[in-house]
Amino acid sequence: MERRAFLNISGLALGTMLVPVFGNAIAAEELLNPLAAKFKKTLADVALNAATGAGASYCDVRIGRYLNQFITTRDLNVESVTNTESAGVGVRVLCNGAYGFAATSDMSPDAVAGAARQAVAIAKANARLQSEPVRLAPVKGVGEVAWATPVKKDWRTVPIKEKAELLIAANKAGMDGGASFMQSLMFQVNQQKYFASTDGSYIDQDVHRMWMPVFATAVDKATNKFRSRQGLSTPVGMGYEYLDARFDDKIKAAGGVCTLYKNSYDLIEDARACGRQAKEKLTAKSVAPGKYDLVLSPEHLWLTIHESVGHPTELDRVLGYEANFAGTSFATLDKWETKKFKYGSERVNIVADKLTQGSLGAVGYDDEGVACKRWDIIKDGILVNYQATRDQAHIIGEKESHGCSYADSWSSVQFQRMPNVSLQAGKARLTPDQMVKDVKKGIYIVGAGSFSIDQQRYNFQFGGQLFYEINNGKIGAPLEDVAYQSNTQEFWNACSAICDESDWRMGGSFFDGKGQPSQVSTVSHGSSTARFNGINVINTARKIG
Amino acid sequence: MKVLTQEESKRITDRIMSLTKADECTVRVAGGRTGNIRYARNNVSTAGLVNDASLVVQVAYGKRQGTATINEFDDKSLEKVVRRAEDLARLAPENPEFMPAVSKQAYKASQTFSRASAAIDPEFRAQTAAYSIEASRKNKLVCAGFFTDSHSFQTVANSNGVFGHQEETNIDFTCTVRTEDGRGSGWVKRSATDVARFDAREASDVAIEKALRSVDAKALEPGRYTVILEPAATSDLIGFMLGGFDARQADEGRSFLSKKGGGTRLGDKLFDAQVNIWSDPWDTDVPVMPWDAGNMLARERMDMIKDGKVSALDYSLFWANKKGVRAIGAPGNMIMGGTDKSTAELIAGTKKGVLVTRTWYIREVDPQSVLLTGLTRDGTFYIENGKIKHPIKNFRFNESPVTMLNNIEAIGKPQVIAGDEVPYSMLIPPMKVRDFNFTSLSDAV
Repeated sequence: MERRAFLNISGLALGTMLVPVFGNAIAAEELLNPLAAKFKKTLADVALNAATGAGASYCDVRIGRYLNQFITTRDLNVESVTNTESAGVGVRVLCNGAYGFAATSDMSPDAVAGAARQAVAIAKANARLQSEPVRLAPVKGVGEVAWATPVKKDWRTVPIKEKAELLIAANKAGMDGGASFMQSLMFQVNQQKYFASTDGSYIDQDVHRMWMPVFATAVDKATNKFRSRQGLSTPVGMGYEYLDARFDDKIKAAGGVCTLYKNSYDLIEDARACGRQAKEKLTAKSVAPGKYDLVLSPEHLWLTIHESVGHPTELDRVLGYEANFAGTSFATLDKWETKKFKYGSERVNIVADKLTQGSLGAVGYDDEGVACKRWDIIKDGILVNYQATRDQAHIIGEKESHGCSYADSWSSVQFQRMPNVSLQAGKARLTPDQMVKDVKKGIYIVGAGSFSIDQQRYNFQFGGQLFYEINNGKIGAPLEDVAYQSNTQEFWNACSAICDESDWRMGGSFFDGKGQPSQVSTVSHGSSTARFNGINVINTARKIG
Repeated sequence: MKVLTQEESKRITDRIMSLTKADECTVRVAGGRTGNIRYARNNVSTAGLVNDASLVVQVAYGKRQGTATINEFDDKSLEKVVRRAEDLARLAPENPEFMPAVSKQAYKASQTFSRASAAIDPEFRAQTAAYSIEASRKNKLVCAGFFTDSHSFQTVANSNGVFGHQEETNIDFTCTVRTEDGRGSGWVKRSATDVARFDAREASDVAIEKALRSVDAKALEPGRYTVILEPAATSDLIGFMLGGFDARQADEGRSFLSKKGGGTRLGDKLFDAQVNIWSDPWDTDVPVMPWDAGNMLARERMDMIKDGKVSALDYSLFWANKKGVRAIGAPGNMIMGGTDKSTAELIAGTKKGVLVTRTWYIREVDPQSVLLTGLTRDGTFYIENGKIKHPIKNFRFNESPVTMLNNIEAIGKPQVIAGDEVPYSMLIPPMKVRDFNFTSLSDAV
């Protein structure tokens, strides 16, 4: 997850958000009127013709209109309400075996044709350095098609007042619960994306996403101590119905320490728990460092999956395309080629998919016009595949792309981004409470905290939101100052149990950073509660000045 | 979007002001072109050129405020964006912490523009990549790099008579060079306003040398070591800490700068006396806009840490007003004072220690102590008797920049370094620091 993007938007560390970060504001009455597909097709054809006329052997055009609304609140005040829009055209070409890309916010035919010719000129300038021409896996043109996120309640139709009142009510609940300070936000995203290519595809997509993070801070001025607890919502690829707080979607955490949420979210209830548990942390027991059996809830484990499985199995990292920034990967091709590389214990099955309804990665087609699908990454503990785009598929002997190409804006070039990468549920019936019964000395962790991993994804350290000691099969007192350190392969081979399907749910990120220029992407990771034996836990308490 | 002149920008901001009947109006216009080239595996992987601009209009009726932006600049669009902002302001709840737009400011121009940087074209970018690629191929190494350049403008204006317009250029270059067998890796970063201060060949050679020297790293036990930290190794640590200088958080008791029983640690000596950090928009190495675009206040030269003492905190308009403090534009750059000593001289004066090229994936573990975790990367070496003895495997660290800046033994000559994940342009010296806390080993090269 990219820290700067998140901080810029949340204003948590860098002051109040004053300048919208995602584009341009729009009036409510225009929100529901997308650009006509006919207009976009005409504009796309201008770019395709200009590019091929200038010498491109391949061209794709992305016409984007990105609508967002951000509402930020602090305690009982609404800090900002911002509607944003960004619209423009990005053109990618292949010429003489090299890529070129140009983008413009001017949506006139002349400007778009100019961008296409500029992209070709860039490709020609770069081709002289190319020792190996770009090779694209074939994609059959799909003609004119459309796809939309299934949405029951469109955030664009919900009055701002109603949303602001909900957030303020959540803050009040958190303060009633014990927080000294509360902050809650609502991110609402609509990406209207049109893709066309010289393969003969004209794809119109309407993508919706939501997230409502909450932050509670409790302060004890007498001791000069402060502690925080973040909300347990997950960003989702669905509409405002995520906030319906359906009773059937609520799950009791192991030992009943808090309520967790599956397909909908009770913002008020969780905010109240945030306030209460932030205050509890002020007097929680500091952990004794050592080896523990960790029982990790999906609200926590998604981030570990993301960093230690999602990123290392991105084929562009494996090949070295991210070597200068996000890094490479320990999961190298030679390990995959053996078909025996034991990434995890035999119960570890990890699947990539861009289909799961409600997930952040779910779209109909990726940004290269490839229809989305599902495939195995780790099967019975063995590394069996990667995540690939059109120009990578041939490297792993595949005839078609996995559909993993994504750009965060019309002005960004598309490249390999992570699909949803999820741990499959255990096959035998097992609840979190039953799992805990088998643990002599352990820690139960709920919610994501600090996270850091090396550039080849070996050594990692994770914190969390809530920590409870497990003694002889029972959840005990809350703990503080907990972080665990491990090596990816050792960690996943220490996976000793996974709860069944009834416990499976998703977490995810709105701000997964990668690439140069840096782009953010959204991605979900599902799992059931899982246990990892004998993991090294450190105590993070420090004193300064 | 072409880079607008002051006259063109003024016409737009004046037009916006004339279109609204709101109690007050602020306008920000920014845009230009950004070019880039990215390479990996000794080939260009992507390259691009983006032209874009945005117009941000913020209006207020009493304490109700709305913000709208657009990226079209014809008359109809200008009217549309004003009406949108007005609509939002009418819909928004009153903000009890609303602060009126600032009064007219005196902005003293800073040297943020370079003609040479503005003239960069695709051929220049390709040639920059070529220096790394050709030298790497010659040395049987594999490089990955990124060069980006921008020529942009920024205009700020409000209905109280504020107006500022300035052009800006920037270049940023990073390059990672790895051995073909993946056993060695070196890295370099260069940032500048003026491309004339950038030498792609020199920079690439630094990464190549580090890659060659870092092969066959030996494992050193984790623990507390004396370290020589190159500027890129501390820029994000210091930047992270300075991001927490918010006065309100400190007053509210939720900051490492909060005082027991209430109040802040402003004026307290929290760091070694050698530590001096200030912000100066007119610094010729790291010039930034003379205003804070967020609130349009003029920036000033401002000491953040003076002789080890906390000498300023960041006040929002609201908090400054509440506390009776004069509000100043938030800093855009961070400069840490140093000496004339080179990194080599710091190494020469070290009996046993670790040289760190850069740090990576830094995240806050505990805001109470600003405990940060992260790793070393792309060139970590063991020093013995004043010389680099051999490369060592990378470490994970768990350390607070407050502790780090208390444990300084020596400081070198400051160098320009843009942070990876912090928003400041920075001028940071290499430092020799004792007892730096490495907590585990990483197998990553």
